[in-house]
Amino acid sequence: MIVSPLNEIVEKEIEARKPQCVRCCVAAGCLSSGSQGVLDALHKAVDTAESGSKIEVSGVGCLGLCSQGPLVQADPDSKLYTNVTPESASAVVADMLGRPVESPLPPQADLNHPFFTGQHPIVLENSGRINPERIEEYVAADGYQALYRALRDMSPTDVVTEVTASGLRGRGGAGYPTGLKWSLVAKTPSVKKYIICNADEGDPGAFMDRSVLESDPHRVLEGMAIAGYALGASQGFIYVRGEYPLAITRLQTAIKQARRLGVLGAQIFDSSFDFRIDLRIGAGAFVCGEETALMASIEGKRGIPQARPPYPAERGLWGQPTLINNVETFANIAPILRKGACWFNSIGTQTSKGTKVFALAGKVRNTGLIEVPMGTPLRTIAEVMGGGTPDGSAIKAVQTGGPSGGCIPVDLLDTPVDYESLAAIGSIMGSGGMIIMDSGNNMVDVARYFMEFCMEESCGKCIPCRAGTVQIHRLLTRIKNGDADGSDLVKLEALCDMVKHTSLCGLGQSAPNPVLSTLHYFREDYLALIAKPGTFPLLSLEATASAGQGETDGSNHA
Amino acid sequence: MTTAASDHNPDVASHPSGDNRFKILEATMKKHQHRPDALIEVLHTAQELFGYLETDLLLHIAHSLKLPLSRVYGVATFYHFFSLKPRGKHTCVVCLGTACYVKGAANLLAAIERDTGIHSGETTTDGSLSLLTARCLGACGIAPAAVYDGNVEGHQSAENVLNRVKEWHENDSLTSK
Repeated sequence: MIVSPLNEIVEKEIEARKPQCVRCCVAAGCLSSGSQGVLDALHKAVDTAESGSKIEVSGVGCLGLCSQGPLVQADPDSKLYTNVTPESASAVVADMLGRPVESPLPPQADLNHPFFTGQHPIVLENSGRINPERIEEYVAADGYQALYRALRDMSPTDVVTEVTASGLRGRGGAGYPTGLKWSLVAKTPSVKKYIICNADEGDPGAFMDRSVLESDPHRVLEGMAIAGYALGASQGFIYVRGEYPLAITRLQTAIKQARRLGVLGAQIFDSSFDFRIDLRIGAGAFVCGEETALMASIEGKRGIPQARPPYPAERGLWGQPTLINNVETFANIAPILRKGACWFNSIGTQTSKGTKVFALAGKVRNTGLIEVPMGTPLRTIAEVMGGGTPDGSAIKAVQTGGPSGGCIPVDLLDTPVDYESLAAIGSIMGSGGMIIMDSGNNMVDVARYFMEFCMEESCGKCIPCRAGTVQIHRLLTRIKNGDADGSDLVKLEALCDMVKHTSLCGLGQSAPNPVLSTLHYFREDYLALIAKPGTFPLLSLEATASAGQGETDGSNHA
Repeated sequence: MTTAASDHNPDVASHPSGDNRFKILEATMKKHQHRPDALIEVLHTAQELFGYLETDLLLHIAHSLKLPLSRVYGVATFYHFFSLKPRGKHTCVVCLGTACYVKGAANLLAAIERDTGIHSGETTTDGSLSLLTARCLGACGIAPAAVYDGNVEGHQSAENVLNRVKEWHENDSLTSK
């Protein structure tokens, strides 16, 4: 079904399409590897080859395989070139035209590799296909149809019912059923309601949301507008990290274009529904990913969490009922309405529906973004799609959920990725960061790294988190330096338990997770550093100091 | 502050302080109708214009948005993005996100710290270099990453980080001669 008001744009777009297309990734990963120069070179090569009418050059969002950027895709032959340089760009164009290639072609990625074939793109379906800075291309890819259909054919209750039936759960980490959250806000009577998109992707090692915003910003806007209609809100905010300047620019462009086209603003599609979206730019505080802290930050205050209840659905931004969903959650809304709840429901596992985008990074051969159906085993992601470690050594652990998650040992890699299974083995789904570690990574050091992060990011409001994270960090430092004895492990466990159960917000409650999971699965890493269990700390301090001295001397001589 | 007088008359041709950056700041506040909830946006603009947030500037903003200085100062010090001290001529940001960390970002940082004698968050005494760390730039695909004067570069090693810093130093000493 093609929407009539947008019909003209779709037809024009299709008409303007050229037989061949060369797409260059201009998302942040490839841009830092110099893809702007490659895009310029492609433009130049096409212009000089006087093939302008045959080849279309387009800057697109993320093509997935970030570690081998800049990436260039040549269609319709579906060739994905990696590590493209401005010099080799002309060879790509010559090859497309079937002309003799003067300079060597850049290396080509194998699109039959499981990294590509194992994916199931829903959230990322437009990523790498459309130019994120042109609303017309989004419209031509069925964009804003779901919004049109919702406004024309569905009542707000119908929309909430559809989202509930899809089984979609929050992609921010906790996995709260989205439909339930929506219906809570819809049920709360109020003249003013707000929709907030949480794009404060603070987990170190996670870059899915950034990529969605950079590659397909309109999809998020459409999801938010649908939510606005379903819940009776006319104002939305996107709270985006200040560290993501490109995502901010693309969102600003997208909002402006959407307003001009009339899919945001007053009387959308000639209905009585008004919806505007404003950007709020974060200022570098991890705790602002917590919903009450995020709302405080939107209100221009310090990002300090509040005790819940009242939940935002009841009393949120400026005391009004507020819906807060993650970027990826909103990105799922339009496809659900377009293709139906049953379709979405058929993907995934019993309790976790749909797909999940993961940012695969660390000691893994194929670094980048992947979208897989829920229930895919971790081993498939890390070893088959990711290709294992770069030097072929064994994977030691897979870390999910960032500083709130845990380290999963290699013998549990057959665990399927869904909310319950990951929680059962002491980690969490999290927002989607997945870091692969090998034997070179000491788990005490990893735990200490995450604790340092939480310690610095603690807002300081509640004592268990403010003081507890400092003490846990001190204990971990002592263990790492070999100054600890057996009693310190007991202290560490007790302290983690206290911080976990008594902190005010999610940051403190989940801060001990990396320590607890490494203590559970990699206890030998801890015990190896506690050389003489039960010895007086000062003694072992001297012992390690002299041992360390000896080592340095030894290496100097060698 | 003398600049406060212009709050009531934003249409003046140039700012009374003689510093037209205040005019841009004023326009930002006007765009947000001087609402207190725009504080973070205003601080972003102020830092962009002036490089850092001096106490006088915070006073000016507090006055314009009709907020107590404690609130403005509280917000400015809460968020890592805002700096109350001037930055060096060049900035080098080492990403310490998880992906970068497991690939040895701590070694990059240690190398610069050893080389320049400053710690993360500090500026060299001659004001030439500020060393900062970031909690994930989202450039995990090209880890370890570092940002040199706003340009993100991936696959860094201790060696090329030091080279970049040295290059800056050499270029600067050339231009000063």
